[in-house]
Formats: sequence, C-alpha cells, structure tokens
Amino acid sequence: MSTAPNGAPGGTPAGDPGPLAADDPHNWHLRESYTFDRNVIAEIRRAANTGIYRIRGWGAKRRMPTLDDLVFLGASMSRYPLEGYREACGTDVVIGEDRASRPVRLQIPVTIAGMSFGSLSAQAKEALGRGASAAGTSTTTGDGGMTMEEREHSSVLVYQYLPSRYGMNPDHLRMADAIEVVVGQGAKPGGGGMLLGQKITERVAEMRTLPTGIDQRSACRHPDWTGPDDLEIKIGELREITDWQVPIYIKVGAARPYYDTALAVKAGADAVVVDGMQGGTAATQDVFIEHVGIPTIAAIPEAVRALRELGVHRREVKLIAAGGFRSGADVAKALALGADAASIGTAALIAIGDNDPAYESEYRELGTSAGFWEDFQAGTDPAGITTQDPALSARLDPELAGRRLANYLQVLTIETQILARANGKSHVLNLEPEDLAALTVEAAAMAKVPLAGTSWVPGSD
Amino acid sequence: MSAAVRTFDLAESSRRKLNQALHDAADGESFEVVNPRGAHAVACGITADIDVVVRGSVGYYGAGMHQRGRVLIEGNASTGLAENIMSGEVRISGNATMSAGATGCGGLLVVGGNAGARCGISMKGVDIVVGGNVGHMSAFMAQAGNLVVCGDAAADLGDSIYEAQIFVRGEVESLGADCVRKEMRPEHVETVAGLLAAAGEAAHGADPGDFRRYGSARRLYNFTIDDVDAAQAAVRAEGGDRR
Repeated sequence: MSTAPNGAPGGTPAGDPGPLAADDPHNWHLRESYTFDRNVIAEIRRAANTGIYRIRGWGAKRRMPTLDDLVFLGASMSRYPLEGYREACGTDVVIGEDRASRPVRLQIPVTIAGMSFGSLSAQAKEALGRGASAAGTSTTTGDGGMTMEEREHSSVLVYQYLPSRYGMNPDHLRMADAIEVVVGQGAKPGGGGMLLGQKITERVAEMRTLPTGIDQRSACRHPDWTGPDDLEIKIGELREITDWQVPIYIKVGAARPYYDTALAVKAGADAVVVDGMQGGTAATQDVFIEHVGIPTIAAIPEAVRALRELGVHRREVKLIAAGGFRSGADVAKALALGADAASIGTAALIAIGDNDPAYESEYRELGTSAGFWEDFQAGTDPAGITTQDPALSARLDPELAGRRLANYLQVLTIETQILARANGKSHVLNLEPEDLAALTVEAAAMAKVPLAGTSWVPGSD
Repeated sequence: MSAAVRTFDLAESSRRKLNQALHDAADGESFEVVNPRGAHAVACGITADIDVVVRGSVGYYGAGMHQRGRVLIEGNASTGLAENIMSGEVRISGNATMSAGATGCGGLLVVGGNAGARCGISMKGVDIVVGGNVGHMSAFMAQAGNLVVCGDAAADLGDSIYEAQIFVRGEVESLGADCVRKEMRPEHVETVAGLLAAAGEAAHGADPGDFRRYGSARRLYNFTIDDVDAAQAAVRAEGGDRR
C-alpha cells in the first residue's frame, strides 16, 4: 500500500472493490458510527501506522458557531437606508494616529494576515503584496522574516515580531509600516510554528539560520519577555528602535480575549489582533487546530468589551478580528460587533489559487481532492502556493494571482458597504451590534445580540 | 575618551533624546550616558560605528538590537541585554539577568560577571563570553554562534540546541534535551582562545585548554515516522506473513 505525504494510507490494494455506496437502498443496513466515523477510523489507522501525531495546514474543520449565525436587521420604519450605489459609505481605517508619526492608513477594512515566506512561495507572497496594494490595504510578513520581493510589492507591510525571531532584522523593523508582536494565533494559541524539512530549502534555511531539511519547530514563547509587564517594556524598546514612527500591534489567538485585549492595551498596543480558532496555519498538530481556542464570533465581543471599558474602543486602540472570514457579510458582522478591520489568510490563499480544481488530477495523485487539500506542510502544493519547490511555485503568476486577490478584496469591501448602507450607515465603522440579530441561542450568547424575534440576550440579566 | 564626547545625563534628559541622538550619530562619534538608573532600552538600535559608555546599571534591553559600534556598560543589566545583536560589540562589567544576548545574530557580547537564565537563548550567530556563570536553560534552541562560559552552567544547558557551540570551563549542572558533550579539537581551542582574547579582562585569564565543548546530538532535527504499512507490504511481497 502506498502512503500519502500526510501518512494516510493512499489508495486501495489491487482488486479491492471499494466501499459500498451507502445511498443504494440495498445498503441501507449500513450504519456509520457517529463516534467512530470514517474520519476517526482513518486517523486511528494513520496514527497506528506512523506513530506520529497528525500535522496539517488550513484551520479548524469542525462545525462551530460562526458569524453565519447572525443576520443584519436592515432598515425599516425607524431606520433610514442609504441608496445602494450612490450615497457615500466610507471604508477607511487609520491605526496608530496617537503614538506613531507614520500611522497606518488603510482604504478598506480588510487586511492580509501574517503568512511566512517559507510556508508560502516567494510568488505567493508577491501575489499577496500586489493584491493588497492594489486594494489599498496591508499585508503581513510571518515567521522567517521579510523578503525584499514582499517589501517591494506591498505598499503597506506589517512586520511580524515572533517568538522564534527567525530572520529578525532591525533594518526590516525600520522598513516596516507597522510591527505586529505575535503572542499567538487562532489555529494554535499557545503553540509555535512548524516548517517541515521538505520546505527548508537553502534560501529558507539561510533566512532562519537553520540547517536545510530539518523539521523546524518554532518557539512558542518569546525569548526575552515573559508577561504583559515585560511586553510593555518590549514595546517601548520597539518604539525606541523605530523612533516612534510606526504603529505596534499585538496579535493573540482567541483564548481569553477580554483579558488578553485589556493586557495588550496596558502593554501599549495601537491595535489588537484577535484571531479566532477558525484561523489558518501552514502546519500544526491537528489536535491543536481543532481543540484549542474559541470561535471568532465568541472572541470579538469580549475584546470589544475590554476596549470599551478602558475607553479606547474606536479611538486609540483598534481591533482587528481574524479567523475564518470569507465574505463581506463576515466582515460587516465583525465590524458591527465592534472590530475596526477584519484580517484574512485562508480566504486570500484561495483567492490566489489554493485548492484550484484545475489541478484535480494532481490532487488525486496526492491522495486528496481540490477543496480538501490541507497538507500545506508537505511542500507539494500543485497550485504552487504552500511550497518551496521551484517548478511548482513557478506555476503561480504573481501578477495574475495579485489581480485575483484585488478583485476578491473589492468584492468583500463592496459587500460590506452594501450591508452598511442597508443599515443606514455612511461608514462601515458605523455598523453596531444593534444592527444584528442571532439565529441561535449560542450565537446570541456569544455575540451578545438578541435572539432573532426576541429581545433576549442570554446571560445579559 | 576625547573632548568630543557628548554626555547625556538621564537624570535630566530623556531616553528618547538619547536614543534619537545615537540613531542620528555619524561614524566615529563618542557618547557617555550618566545616571541611567536602570532605564530600559538604553542605547538600543545603534546603527553607526560609534562608542557609547554607560556609567551605571541599565534595565531591560540595554543595547538591544545593536548593529554597529561599541557599547560599554559599567554596571549591571536586566533582561535582554544586547538582544538580537547583529554586529559590533556590547560589553558589561557586571552581571546580566535573563536572556542576555537572546537571538543575537552576530557581533560580540561580553559579560564580566554572571549571566542569568536563558543566556544566549535562540542565538543565531552571536559570540557570547561570560566571565562568570550562566543560569539555567542557557543556549536554549541556540542556532549558531559560540557561548563561552568561564564559570559554571546551571541546569538544562543547550536544550534543543541546533548548530551553536557551547564551551564551559567549570561545572555543568545538567544538559538539556539533545545537547551532548563533544570532542574539543584544536580548532575549538583556537576558537575559544580568540574569543577569550576578544573578551579581555572579563575572561580573567582563563586557559582555552580548560574548556569543554557541547553541541547538538542532532537527534531532534527530524520527526521519527514509523511505517508499519510499508513493513507489512514488504513482508507480503516476500510471501511471508509475520504473525
């Protein structure tokens, strides 16, 4: 039996008739276990075969409460809508005006999340930069440092300051338009990054000062600070080194967003990035992706509560929400809950070509299918995005891929405006929780908006 | 120092003014900082070939992200002394607490006294010479460069170390995961001799031949993956059945 890169058994032995079709009436006696379904059985078999936990990319795949469980109420007798295509509806966001001499000015409330060169090909990073720049927004570096291709093609580039400090260069800090101190990410709050040997090419190894071909596990804690009091001092150092020119963000995985946001404000952040558990990753343990952190819908209101209580909401400290955003509806709902911007990662990769059905035959050879590809750690991405293979990465045309991303960002923005105007808002940041209702009791409790058709917010009294 | 030395008194001036002046300085300039009184991020982010003497103790991140020139601290330092140093030299006469030289990519850090926990954590090419002892978890995940300890090293030295080298003259309480003692060959004695010479008085006349070398066993570099299915397929192919 062949073995797929993820360690899953690939294909079936010769002569095997394959599974019975469960929808055939003759097979209605087949009852799949809810507890031990086919995914569970495959994972137990994979674990037994390899002795290693499952490592994969993407984000949480389990069902969970999402922003889909919220709806906008729209205008009615007591609310006055704006004309769809004629009346102005602002989309700009400014970050760091109070402390940075060069605040970040975004034309749209959607940013591109941190993804590293190493996990992504140089072409993919360039495409993200091109698309974001065309749309008037920022892109973000990742573990492993800044590449000049990325800097050159990104009009607003956020430089991530990570626990591993791979490739950390003070010159790059000064070349950045903002600094994002990464405490955690939604896919793995409390976990460090991974980059497996297949992707540690000579260039990646040199940037990270590591031997080529090793299975690299990034640190999960910063090496020179251990808590919020230390972080406040660290941010002071970063501001000193950059002569107080650029805003400083703190990114946390959605774990304890109320306290984490309050502590980030205390530490001196200009923006807090809260990344829900749907947030993606290039490579992490599956058990981490699926079982650590809380959903985005639950995280945003808690972060907003902290900002409001500290008197900085929509003022000195901005909130960037992340984790599983797909549409203008998601963005508009996040803004209505109180975020100032939404950050996309997985959706941006799909926009530039990830999981493209055009490569279906190659996905099949890898034991998967377009729409299911998640082995970003393997370095064998047929779409040339999550790979360092020169032949594969050459498939991605950064200019065309950048145009796709710019188009997608435009759609997200226009959809957000459509919903804002429908609720009578002349700026997308005027959206508010009062514009929302929840479709489930869970969503009402998490988002702290009334269950649709009622005035009931679970837990509010 | 020559008469051209510019003095900043942090009892009267601000850290911001000091650091801005250092960032704006031209090669060859000299600075003196008095009354640092434990201030954080003193003399950080220097990019010019200048000399800075700090008369007194500093707080966190003293000479952080140092890139060129020389910084001498006459006193002690708190967490993150010369963190992420890229090049140039940072010397301190006294002790440094946690994470001295953390993630340093190049240059030389010399600690005259002792260094606390995690000295040289995630170091990426810097050379560090400590005249006294180092605390626990020093050279944790150290990737490149040399850590020379003239005294003793506390527990878990070099845990998860990559390609950095550690040289210790005194006792090592314990080694961390994947860190092993290695042969001290002539080229290593030469490396230590050069670093001790560069450290000057801080090395207290230590003999390069007295040091032991530690580095990575490289057993954690790649995941160990069993492949039982492949083994079973091989058994089947041979017509056998291992039961």
